[in-house]
Amino acid sequence: MADLGELKATPLADMHAELGAKMVPFAGYSMPVQYPLGVMKEHLHCRAAAGLFDVSHMGQVILRGESLDAVSTAFETLIPMDVLGLDENKQRYGFFTNENGGIEDDLMFANRGDHLFVVVNAACKGADVARMKAALEPAISVEVITDRALIALQGPASETALARLNPAVADMVFMDVATVELAGAECWVSRSGYTGEDGYEISVPEYQAEALCRALLAMDEVEPIGLGARDSLRLEAGLCLYGNDIDTNTNPIEGSLIWAIQKARRAGGDREGGFPGASHILGAMAEGVARKRVGFLPSGRAPMRAGTQIFASAEGGEPIGEVTSGGFGPTVNGPVAMGYVGTSYSIIGTELFGEVRGKRMPVKVAKLPLVPANFKR
Amino acid sequence: MKFTEEHEWLRVEGDVVVVGITGHAAEQLGDVVFVELPETETEVTKDDEVCVIESVKAASDILAPLDGEIVEVNEALADEPGKVNEDPIGDAWFFKIKPSDLSQMDDYMDEAAYNEFIG
Repeated sequence: MADLGELKATPLADMHAELGAKMVPFAGYSMPVQYPLGVMKEHLHCRAAAGLFDVSHMGQVILRGESLDAVSTAFETLIPMDVLGLDENKQRYGFFTNENGGIEDDLMFANRGDHLFVVVNAACKGADVARMKAALEPAISVEVITDRALIALQGPASETALARLNPAVADMVFMDVATVELAGAECWVSRSGYTGEDGYEISVPEYQAEALCRALLAMDEVEPIGLGARDSLRLEAGLCLYGNDIDTNTNPIEGSLIWAIQKARRAGGDREGGFPGASHILGAMAEGVARKRVGFLPSGRAPMRAGTQIFASAEGGEPIGEVTSGGFGPTVNGPVAMGYVGTSYSIIGTELFGEVRGKRMPVKVAKLPLVPANFKR
Repeated sequence: MKFTEEHEWLRVEGDVVVVGITGHAAEQLGDVVFVELPETETEVTKDDEVCVIESVKAASDILAPLDGEIVEVNEALADEPGKVNEDPIGDAWFFKIKPSDLSQMDDYMDEAAYNEFIG
């Protein structure tokens, strides 16, 4: 096991210790994988009430320039999303692409009036910041925010809980962003998350983060939730874990992420292409792809974990796919997985086989998300 | 009761030995979601992988602690794997083995030694 002493701590490290968290190394940080409640109960609590997550390891970046349009136009050279068309105080999912049409990282970006606020994955943030600086500076400033924590409050009771600290958050809908005072802190709040539930992500000055968390944890609805349950929640929600489900070799069309590429950037759109790997991505959109990301529901009780080979028949033949994320889904109350299969096998309901410990077990291609999303539209 | 370094407990009942995993092991594994039991009437050799146990975190094996024959398995665990976390030393036994050489039990720790082993 890596020495936790070499790892970076989030501003909430003392609170995690006091709450009895089990800490593990993750992307260079010491992070809580679970609390005394345990992964299963944490997961179920989040879907039933509200869960508080420390996601301070993620990268927070502000992009500024002469005008917001200048910033948005520049950012569109790095991602295949419609940035110029994003309304003020709204957020969108996106990803950096490379020259081969692969995905370098996925991200969220928000139009905050006079700047863009970008949140990227912890493991990729160094490379992401370097990429943005190389491509955008000096016309656009790339400011890495290092003095704010990032927390998420997720689950159906999130609104009730957070509105006690400031009723304004109840008026936000899915993917809205706002600056809101919470427990005396100026917070940058979005109504979003990565669990498939309604909820909020909150950027808070680091010295005020613990007080905000304690105010939330004092409420009956709220329990702290670790990375273990975060993984099973996002898997049931059909959301990709960068590095597992999508990576530098994944064309977004293979990754079933076509929905994230708005019309303006597609063939025939107002600002067609103009991002790294555009010919590969627009080409895949026009011509189709050989493999697709799908959901899997194994028929038995045995989990099919990442790396499980998928076959078309119970015996013989070469693998036609592979699981990229898999485990037990507490809400499904059975094994859940996602991964890739040859496109001809990607139709929902297709009966395939996953090889677990040398035995081929039946598995069905399933619609993503595996648990219905519960957003406030 | 005896304990192995693999965190199994062994309890002699007449001419068979009942095998399960310790509370410490169950806690380390986290919530158990799947148990694959061996077939009864299987001849096993010490250190054979005889069970698979999967938690929310990972899969692990349970090894045969003794040479002998599996004479009974706890079918209830297949339907309710969570029992392993609720009652590891009681209801959640995994299998009963009829040992061919009971002296192999002598290699294992008593409770005090096991508690010291897990620190």
